[in-house]
Amino acid sequence: MASSKTITVEVDNVSYTDDVEPRLLLVQYLRERLGKTGTLIGCDTSNCGACTVHLDGVSVKSCTMFAVQADGHRVTTIEGLARDGKLAPLQRAFHQCHALQCGFCTPGMIMQSASLLEENPHPSEQEIRDGLEGNLCRCTGYQNIVAAVRAVAEGTVSSDSDETETAGVA
Amino acid sequence: MTTAEVGRARLRKEDAHLITGRSRYTDNITLPGMLHLAMVRSPFAHAKITSVDVAAAKSSPGVVAVLTGADVAAEQGSLPNAWPITPDQKAPAHPAIAVDEVAFAGEVVACIIARSAAAARDAVELVDVDYEGLPVVLDLEEAAKDQVLAHPGLGTNKSATWVFDSGEAGTGKPIREALDGAEVLIERTFYQQRLIPSFMEPRSTVVDPTGEQITVWSATQIPHILRLMLALTLAIPESKVRVIAPDVGGGFGGKLQVTPEEAITVLAARHTGKPCKYTETRSESLMAAHHGRAQVQRLKLSATKEGIVTGLDVSLLADMGAYLGLVTSGIPILGAFMYNSIYKFPAYRFECTNLFTNKAWTDAYRGAGRPEATFAIERMMDELAAELGLDPLQVRERNWIKHEEFPFTTVAGLEYDSGNYEAATAKALELFGYDALRAEQSRRRETKDPVQLGIGISTFTEMCGLAPSRVLGALNYGAGGWEHAQVRVLPTGNIEVVTGSSSHGQGHETAWSQLVADKLGVPFENVEVLHGDTQISQRGLDTYGSRSLTVGGMAVLAAADKVIEKAKVVAAHLMEASEDDIEFADGRFSVKGTDQSTALGEIALATFSAHNLPDGFEPNLDSDATFDPQNFSFPHGTHLAAIEVDTETGRVSIRKYVCVDDVGVVVNPLIVEGQVHGGLAQGIAQALYEEAVYDDAGTLVTGSFVDYLVPGAPDLPHYTTARTETPSTTNQLGAKGVGEAGTIASTPAIVNGVLDAVRHLGVKDIRMPCSPSRVWAALEEAKMTGGVR
Amino acid sequence: MIPSAFDYAAPNTVAEALSLLALAGDSGKLLAGGQSLIPVMKLRLADPQMVIDLGRVEGLAGVREDGDALLIGAMTPHHQVATDPLVAAYVPLLAKAAATVADPQVRHRGTFGGALVHADPAGDLPAPVLAAEATFILAGPGGERRVAAADFFQGYFTTAIAEDEILTHVRVPKYTGWGAHYEKFTRVAQQWSIVAVAAMVRVEGGTIAEARIGLTNMASTPVRATAVEQALAGAPLTRDAIAAASSHAAEGTDPASDLNGDAAYRRHLAEVLTRRAVVTAAGL
Repeated sequence: MASSKTITVEVDNVSYTDDVEPRLLLVQYLRERLGKTGTLIGCDTSNCGACTVHLDGVSVKSCTMFAVQADGHRVTTIEGLARDGKLAPLQRAFHQCHALQCGFCTPGMIMQSASLLEENPHPSEQEIRDGLEGNLCRCTGYQNIVAAVRAVAEGTVSSDSDETETAGVA
Repeated sequence: MTTAEVGRARLRKEDAHLITGRSRYTDNITLPGMLHLAMVRSPFAHAKITSVDVAAAKSSPGVVAVLTGADVAAEQGSLPNAWPITPDQKAPAHPAIAVDEVAFAGEVVACIIARSAAAARDAVELVDVDYEGLPVVLDLEEAAKDQVLAHPGLGTNKSATWVFDSGEAGTGKPIREALDGAEVLIERTFYQQRLIPSFMEPRSTVVDPTGEQITVWSATQIPHILRLMLALTLAIPESKVRVIAPDVGGGFGGKLQVTPEEAITVLAARHTGKPCKYTETRSESLMAAHHGRAQVQRLKLSATKEGIVTGLDVSLLADMGAYLGLVTSGIPILGAFMYNSIYKFPAYRFECTNLFTNKAWTDAYRGAGRPEATFAIERMMDELAAELGLDPLQVRERNWIKHEEFPFTTVAGLEYDSGNYEAATAKALELFGYDALRAEQSRRRETKDPVQLGIGISTFTEMCGLAPSRVLGALNYGAGGWEHAQVRVLPTGNIEVVTGSSSHGQGHETAWSQLVADKLGVPFENVEVLHGDTQISQRGLDTYGSRSLTVGGMAVLAAADKVIEKAKVVAAHLMEASEDDIEFADGRFSVKGTDQSTALGEIALATFSAHNLPDGFEPNLDSDATFDPQNFSFPHGTHLAAIEVDTETGRVSIRKYVCVDDVGVVVNPLIVEGQVHGGLAQGIAQALYEEAVYDDAGTLVTGSFVDYLVPGAPDLPHYTTARTETPSTTNQLGAKGVGEAGTIASTPAIVNGVLDAVRHLGVKDIRMPCSPSRVWAALEEAKMTGGVR
Repeated sequence: MIPSAFDYAAPNTVAEALSLLALAGDSGKLLAGGQSLIPVMKLRLADPQMVIDLGRVEGLAGVREDGDALLIGAMTPHHQVATDPLVAAYVPLLAKAAATVADPQVRHRGTFGGALVHADPAGDLPAPVLAAEATFILAGPGGERRVAAADFFQGYFTTAIAEDEILTHVRVPKYTGWGAHYEKFTRVAQQWSIVAVAAMVRVEGGTIAEARIGLTNMASTPVRATAVEQALAGAPLTRDAIAAASSHAAEGTDPASDLNGDAAYRRHLAEVLTRRAVVTAAGL
């Protein structure tokens, strides 16, 4: 049995120190050790992007990284995106634009969208689509996801998290 | 009436937990003492199992037990097929863990039970299985020859042959007359490639055997059917099984199944007495979850020189794969009634031969039989147009049912209640800019532009709202097609709706809330929808076949009607009026001709306290209803695609996609729009990207998302969608169903567009998916065989 | 989904990494960005017993000038190569190719050196590096060794790097006055290249003075399209001349046949894509 390693990782603003087997993937560490089940696993070949989190502020696939590699780093998951009880603009936008159905790709989509907007705050439709190439969705056909990202970029997301109706369909 | 809820673009109630990561997918569940399973799967497509040595695996660290087929042979039963389409249908026994023989690569031969998922996975490597290889049959047309058998014990690869003949059924003329008298006869063979549903959430099952009842959490579309089938298969009293479908990450028919892995997890929990979890990897999912489509369609269409279709003869080979799953055998039959589509030709024959091969078994995938049928007829209409030199729209117009001809009984024997194909088509043409695109197409042809333009048309209908129980009975399906609902009135006047159609992304919580808010005059926010747990929702037939609103939604409305009737009695009593004088509107009961009224909430509290109720009145407003539809519903629409083909590389791009769908009355336009978008993506994926490919040994080559090409955001176009609204007359709401429309309509629209772009270069057909290499090869072949360039 | 168990070390210096590698021998594996290695470990197609993570080794990430060349650290992530101003200024071909690798998340993690040492014939960096006539700087027990790109790629997933060596940097000559383009052909965006063409062109007046063309996935290694380069040298800057030169693109290639196309299709694609890459690189 391979020897375990002690790691210290800041996840969603909380610092954790744990002994982990080197083979433990970051996504498994998040889900199984920290109970951060908001980050999901959709494939085993780094294609679907459901497991996307931020490592030191940029998007990575947490299924394609060992937890030991995150030692000393800062991880943000979908569970850490809302601040002070307020949803992040992308979270509100996904709701307001009906950018999710079954919700399984959603955490990864939102985390990748956030990284995309960080790097390119005013993307064109094509740049949004290209920026989401590493995230698969089987429900939405992507159109409303693109609309949600665009809404954040254009600042047209309603700030009211409790909004229950949309005026128009994307 | 205050603002009607039905028709409003309400944002979804179910989003909040999904956008914040508070999701409850099955794999998120951890129970005390829970053990983890890993499956040992056959690498061979067809082999005898001569020995299974589990000694090393059993002594591997963390392993608690190993189950082989022999260990559970006496208790595992045979997984169910609920649709024996003919009395003499042949089917092999289907053990959850293979005992003597495996019939496809990926079949489970042993199950490791361990303290961690890692320990279980490690021990998989240590199980030593000896196989004796058997010859494999993989190709459908080869399977029909019966030279190599997928199951030697059956003596044939043929499971069943099912025939519909309009002459014999009395719904039309004999096909022979039409074919013999044809002025124009079009004969084509189309290949519906094998697809993999590819829901984003891999299947997962957790079973808790502690306590007196077994609780099963599963990523399933069908908690109710699963409960019944697990009970029957594993000989457990149904009352001792509770099934919960928590958040479920998509299904598309792929989770309309009773899986070996679900049964094995129950067996493992039974053997160990501990909670057990199995979550498949994506590779396992692609290999061993059921596939879809996989048919060869041989078609003959007869017509007059004017393009009036006189008959259609359909001969299908349908690939069952290695076993019959829950409704495997019936999938082609669901298509049998749709080949005539929106057209009114007089003669029709359908014959389907279901065949076994050594591949993963097939079953429902979005549309299930109907996309195949729609593809075939819509491709044939284009072929007819090309043969006669007519515009494909013109050919369709000459044959479709006119709006004034509804209700219309089709040559397949269905009664279409309503529709307006003219209106949907007119709207689509306007949005599309048809004439301008045709003009551009001519210019590109004349200038020999390397990028050619094609216009793809698909005018479709489908049968939704599965299904009238009597019809299912006539087709020999093992269950009915009703749905159940309960509407509960809480003391505060808040409402709980319990529905038998459990949602896995469709937005039932939101839509049902809208229905009930309107019906009972309560705020949308005050309605809570409960589903997906057989202990809460005891009766139900679950979610598939675009049935939820038209069947499940009607049950909800019927239950709400009963609530009103009950409450009316209490209202009359409290206001000292006759029941006949009580009227209900906007959530208030009023006495006719007076200003006296009382709110539903007050009645709710009065009923709860029960201090002052009419004599003999049971203090409870809660009501149940079970709705069995009397007919299917028939959404329809017109889809138009402008397709660019790069003749140098064979690459196909979708420049414009316009669809006008008529799904009847719409409860929530936002949700309907989303269903259409997602459906389009999957239909386009069949046309251009996806195919499950096996090598000659029967190993799945497209065994991961590296090779099974689920399209991403850059690979799909922006869709222009619109609606017309012709209410269905078969349910009180006028709704028709929308879950499968986009998938059914878009595949032929795309392929017709591809062919329209290159037909003038001599290309006659391209097999799906129309990949660049296939399109290029077709262009090259056309050059060789004298296609005009 | 779960790799076999392994031991893990994260050295801080190249020297430490080299001694760990020497100690591990056959059973050791260097981990760079892990974007190719970890998936194959999860599928248990690779099961190293010792994983040596280069992620904490100092001095291996980043781009800097080195006289008439750029020195790109092996651990520089693709995203950084794609957006680095020096790369954009002096070897835009590499920036363009790096921007097409996999997807954004993978580009954040995956590294320039890792992808080159992995040497997947369908990978997007070997052909541009070959076309740019880069030099690989390898550290080994005996010190540093330099290998020309033309000698580095030896076969499917096989390079000139010895088992006890580590790629530390890639030295790429500065190109001024050259146009560049990477023309990639896939069926879906996320896919590996079916065929791709890396082109650099230097135009003088109305004439193509020089061209460097590298082909992705046209053989077990990246290939220089030398016949095209020769035909382009001195050719007039016209579409016809470029098309004529590009018709030599498949000469000397040996492409595979697979789900995405057979060898004949790939040869044809190489010609079409070479023409398109050169036209774009030349600014036509």
